[in-house]
Amino acid sequence: MRELLPLSMLGAIVGLDVVCFPQMMFSRPLVAATLAGAFVGDATRGLVVGVVLELIAIATLPFGASRYPEWGSAAVVGGAIAATLDPGRAGTVTIGVLGALATAWAGGWTLVKLRQWNAYLARRRRPALDAGSRGAVIGLQLAGLTSDLVRAAILTAVAYAVLFPLAVYLSARWSFSGPLSRSVVLMLATAVATSAAWVIFHSARGARWYFAGGVVVGLLLLLAR
Amino acid sequence: MTAPAYTSSTAAPAPAPTLPVWAWMTIFTRLLAIQGSWNYESLLGNGIGFCVEPALRSLPGGVHGPAFKEAMARESAYFNAHPYLASVAVGALARAELSGVPAERIERFRTALCGPLGSVGDRLVWAGWLPFTSLVSLAAFGLGARPLVVVGIFLVLYNAGHLALRVWGLRVGWTRGLAVASALGNPLLRRGPAHVARAAAAAAGVALPLAAARVLESGPTLLALVLGGAVLLSLLLVRVHGRIEGYKLALVLIALFALLSVVR
Repeated sequence: MRELLPLSMLGAIVGLDVVCFPQMMFSRPLVAATLAGAFVGDATRGLVVGVVLELIAIATLPFGASRYPEWGSAAVVGGAIAATLDPGRAGTVTIGVLGALATAWAGGWTLVKLRQWNAYLARRRRPALDAGSRGAVIGLQLAGLTSDLVRAAILTAVAYAVLFPLAVYLSARWSFSGPLSRSVVLMLATAVATSAAWVIFHSARGARWYFAGGVVVGLLLLLAR
Repeated sequence: MTAPAYTSSTAAPAPAPTLPVWAWMTIFTRLLAIQGSWNYESLLGNGIGFCVEPALRSLPGGVHGPAFKEAMARESAYFNAHPYLASVAVGALARAELSGVPAERIERFRTALCGPLGSVGDRLVWAGWLPFTSLVSLAAFGLGARPLVVVGIFLVLYNAGHLALRVWGLRVGWTRGLAVASALGNPLLRRGPAHVARAAAAAAGVALPLAAARVLESGPTLLALVLGGAVLLSLLLVRVHGRIEGYKLALVLIALFALLSVVR
């Protein structure tokens, strides 16, 4: 667990990116899980977990005030778990994805609490804000940013500390083969991504034909390799 | 009486006041943190005040003057927009405040901007550019790209659009002031979401089988079974759309699968 502190710091930075700063999307699972994997020594396995999570994350778009899972810190936890487990054992990617999904769900709850906390702070500073206080505006912004950084750090630390021992336990007793384990998680992720693609894009005229054309190109590229 | 429509027919704004370079740099940096205090009551309001503040320092009397305080109070009130396109509002509001536009007019303008900047940004970025760049990166992964390349493609491609949109928004907001609504009729914003959606649909078609094949690292038979199963399951998910969230379903089913693997 020597990696707990650096992973918490990484989780804090990518967690901050989800909403507050700078929203450059290094909090996307594809990036965050790869970074976490690289942190603990296996970027490729982190990337594989990130790809599976990215497929699932396409379905959850951060529209306005909607509630959505927090993928940044979650992907750090999942990528690090998968990359730390014994690569010779089956199910490491599946276990990493499971850990990330659980963390993403809990992370979504922490985002709601953060927004309620920000509202509480704003209510307390209402008289100063109404008076046009520069200090109140800047102070609220900095308090929100700091709270989010701390939130993401704690989330990553707690999730990794709780889930890593559980992941080791699961990995030691995992009985399904590697191909079966990957097939199940991949089938679910691809189904979520395909349904999300339909829901998001089907209203654009001709999008279904673009999708079908893309599938043909994708399959041809597969055959050509 | 109806509220004035802020369209291209609105009179051309007065010549723009000038702002020092450091003010522009501070405003742009702050735009990256515009959602820092996002909450369910004032939403993006405080963030708008935070971003406009460096410009408001140029008001008569400086930061201690009544003009600055009145403008700060106005600009920190409730506001809602897509975080990237909020730059349009920041530029336009800074221009309006420095040009001495009456307070009631600025408040009506703020209210009128909320809806368009939210819906256009959501369609263009969250439901368009983000999935598109993500799927292009997944296709690169499927074609065998190394981790650094996959991550690099995504970050460079996504942020090229992201940062360009923020810069464009700030610039167009500042140059057009209260007449900025006409800029929202820009072809990029009107037709862009549909074009990006079609490109993303094509990218999804290419990326899904390629990425699945590389993750699976197995033969064509198993890949065909996985993709076939995924298609059937996705049809089910489309039917129950809005009632079941995909990630929660995945969490429950993978947890059950893990449990079965351990206890059998």
